[in-house]
Amino acid sequence: MKIRTLLMGAVAATAFAPAAFAERGSDGQLNIIYWQAPSTMNPFLSGGTKEIEAASLVLESLARFNDSGEIVPWLAEDIPTIENGGVAEDLTSITWTLKEGLVWSDGSAVTADDLIFTHEYCTHPEGGCAQASYFDGVASVEAVGDRGVRINFESPKPFPYTAFVGAESPILQKAQFQECLGTRAPECTTANFGPIGTGPFVVDEFRPNDVITFIANENYRDPAKPAFATVTFKGGGDAAAAARSVLETGEFDYAWNLQLAPDVLSRMEAAGKGTVVAAYGTSVERLHLNQTNADPALGPDQRSVYMDGENAHPFLTDPKVGQALSMAIDRALIDEIGYGAGGQPTCNVLPAPELYASTANDGCLVQDIEGANALLDEAGWVDSNGNGVRDKDGIELSVLFQTSTNAVRQDTQALIKDWWSQIGVETELRNVDASVFFGGDPGSPDTFQKFYADIEMYTNNFAGVDPEAYMANWLCADIPSPENQWQGNNIQRFCRAEYDALVEQMSTTADLEQRGELAKQMNDMIMQSYSIIPLIHRGNPSAHINTLGGVKMSDWDSELWNIADWYRIDN
Amino acid sequence: MTDQNAEIETFGALKDKEPQKEPRSQWRDVWDQFRKHKGALIGGGFLLFITLFVLIGPLVWQVDPKALDIRNKDLRPVYTLLWDSQANVLWSRPFGTDNLGRDIMATLIAGGQASLAVGWAAMILSLVIGTMVGVTAGYFKRLDGILMRITDLFLSLPILPLLLVAVTLFRQPLRATFGPEGGMFILIVGIIGITSWMPTARIVRGEILALKEREFVLAARSIGTTPFLIIRRHLLPNVISPIMVSATLGLATAIITESALSFLGVGFPSDFPTWGKLLSDAVPRMEEFPERVMLPGILISLTVLSVNYLGDGLRDALDPRIRGR
Repeated sequence: MKIRTLLMGAVAATAFAPAAFAERGSDGQLNIIYWQAPSTMNPFLSGGTKEIEAASLVLESLARFNDSGEIVPWLAEDIPTIENGGVAEDLTSITWTLKEGLVWSDGSAVTADDLIFTHEYCTHPEGGCAQASYFDGVASVEAVGDRGVRINFESPKPFPYTAFVGAESPILQKAQFQECLGTRAPECTTANFGPIGTGPFVVDEFRPNDVITFIANENYRDPAKPAFATVTFKGGGDAAAAARSVLETGEFDYAWNLQLAPDVLSRMEAAGKGTVVAAYGTSVERLHLNQTNADPALGPDQRSVYMDGENAHPFLTDPKVGQALSMAIDRALIDEIGYGAGGQPTCNVLPAPELYASTANDGCLVQDIEGANALLDEAGWVDSNGNGVRDKDGIELSVLFQTSTNAVRQDTQALIKDWWSQIGVETELRNVDASVFFGGDPGSPDTFQKFYADIEMYTNNFAGVDPEAYMANWLCADIPSPENQWQGNNIQRFCRAEYDALVEQMSTTADLEQRGELAKQMNDMIMQSYSIIPLIHRGNPSAHINTLGGVKMSDWDSELWNIADWYRIDN
Repeated sequence: MTDQNAEIETFGALKDKEPQKEPRSQWRDVWDQFRKHKGALIGGGFLLFITLFVLIGPLVWQVDPKALDIRNKDLRPVYTLLWDSQANVLWSRPFGTDNLGRDIMATLIAGGQASLAVGWAAMILSLVIGTMVGVTAGYFKRLDGILMRITDLFLSLPILPLLLVAVTLFRQPLRATFGPEGGMFILIVGIIGITSWMPTARIVRGEILALKEREFVLAARSIGTTPFLIIRRHLLPNVISPIMVSATLGLATAIITESALSFLGVGFPSDFPTWGKLLSDAVPRMEEFPERVMLPGILISLTVLSVNYLGDGLRDALDPRIRGR
């Protein structure tokens, strides 16, 4: 009896052990699968989520957003506010203080110079920086004392937590990247594939579009972390295989972005090996309607290139056409078939937080095929040559509709094609491998940034809780083009002076209510231009194996934001 | 008695024999031999059935394979009623529907059209190229070296990466000229055709090398027959049996390659059904709806198997040395 009690006590003690006596590298190997493989480790050179998240293991920023969307200090000692004097009274500057004794993984100290350099790197006039919108309105970055960094804004900045906050805007080491400014940025392969960072892990080997191996950072600021000694970050495959490898076979510990039909995912989870976790943030599955001409007959300098309105799309710039396309869609049905509990229909590209969510467009929630037909008739689009497709002035309403390869997206495509055929719009479907589509390779014709199609569908979101930088995506200046190596977030090439003015206004408005109003106005302006047709406000489902502890899903930042705290649950 | 017998013997040897049976054509012999091969007979019959199924099928089964019918999605095939009387079935959808309510019977027919068309076209293309290269290399000694090195070169090309590159390079121009589906068809057929002719070329060359040293070719040359005529009249008919075999194998390979491409998501547009694509789309729901994987999978397997048997039978039947044994 006594021995038994003792044994049970011993078992109980080991059960509590991992959390209590965690030390660096004690939990061995962590296997992560991202079915879209990262192509670079430098988030400034890619707009893709996979690159940003892979890089977030290594590169860090001053502050990050936790799973409930709150800002938490990361490399900074605390969050500067007006109250603690970190933000200037007139909102024209913010002063961060770096944590004491902060070192890069190569042992050298992190200084204000690195932040100044990162700003210079991303705002270099010749370079295409994918995250330039995080530095919008930043006039200069300067050192204050030993560990202080002051960011000066061109005008009062009510939400100053954009530059160096969140996974999209990390800090690069000056010593490593100083030769890589401007057009030479993509050429620094060694640096781009193995950046030196402050994060819990360092890159051991990087194989683009395949696999990354990380080892624990010897110089990480918390001596007890990370619990894992090595991380294998596997890319490639598809969402179904990734989900299966965690939920059914248990080969991997964590799988990202499992966009699978709800019935498929829940059946896999029933195997009992792992858990599906979903984070709701601002992700919206949407259609982008190309506002520039994507005619294959045009040369590379012209195709899908915005030329001050000269090179407009033959019909998608007409809001009536876009409206009809939107009205024909039954969002509730798409939700039911492809997303289930993981999504809800939406009519806004900015669906959350509540303060910023507009209600002006909610009419789109109800499908109205007849209304769409009437609208097109009224706009003069009629089937004059009897081929079943509406036309006007010899232009047929025929679109090429592309998206990434994913069963849910292909089902959605088929549904939308069916509805559009009912309003006399001919649709050709195309799907591109996700690694290529989101790969950001300027040489590939199939990336979502190049947009060599009329309409494309994917999901995007923004990190953090403030939509200012996100709404600045649709500035005229942020249109991808050959000049900026096709970087830029204004994918549909929307350009309006009034919109730019609103962005400008928001960047100088401090009052939260007014900011909400402005965000709604901007959202409504894009919605009513029908250059974006939102479909589903979706959660981001990921899955982790049941023996992996510490996962706190966040859609406000990188999903791997707290990977340093992850540990193995022994059983 | 003995004298008389000897007389008759001599006489009989000199006399023209009356044919005991009706004269038989060569193709009659081929058919008789072919009939003895049970597998080939069944294989041929099945291939004929499949071809008729996809050609005449749409006339009989007039359901649009692309039409969505969400209210009737996820129907099971009617045969599930045998063991599950609660199954969600509809008699107007004998093989059930997929998760968007598309009729599986109709998509199988449409998918078969695409898969078989790709198979036949690619097979014929590779056959023509392979035979031409093989005959030329075997007959004309001067061209032999260079043609065989080119064959080696093509043999070393990996087909899938090549196809992926070709899709990126040529999709746009072909799409502009022939439309999305036509363009892709030409591309896939072209690539499969030009990467699968090499075995045929090698086999044909080997046969030709042996044949052209035979006496009947020498005889033909001695009376001044031109090389072209020798090839046409004397050589090609003698290599028809290996050509037929590689043709049947080629058809099977082409169908499988097309399926692999659809499975990888390159190739035809996502709503254009082919057997391979139906199969790959169904994989995530394999446990719940096994029929969606089984039906196209069985069709692909049976078609390929029957083609292989057919080839085996044809080889036996067409080779005069084996025939009759």
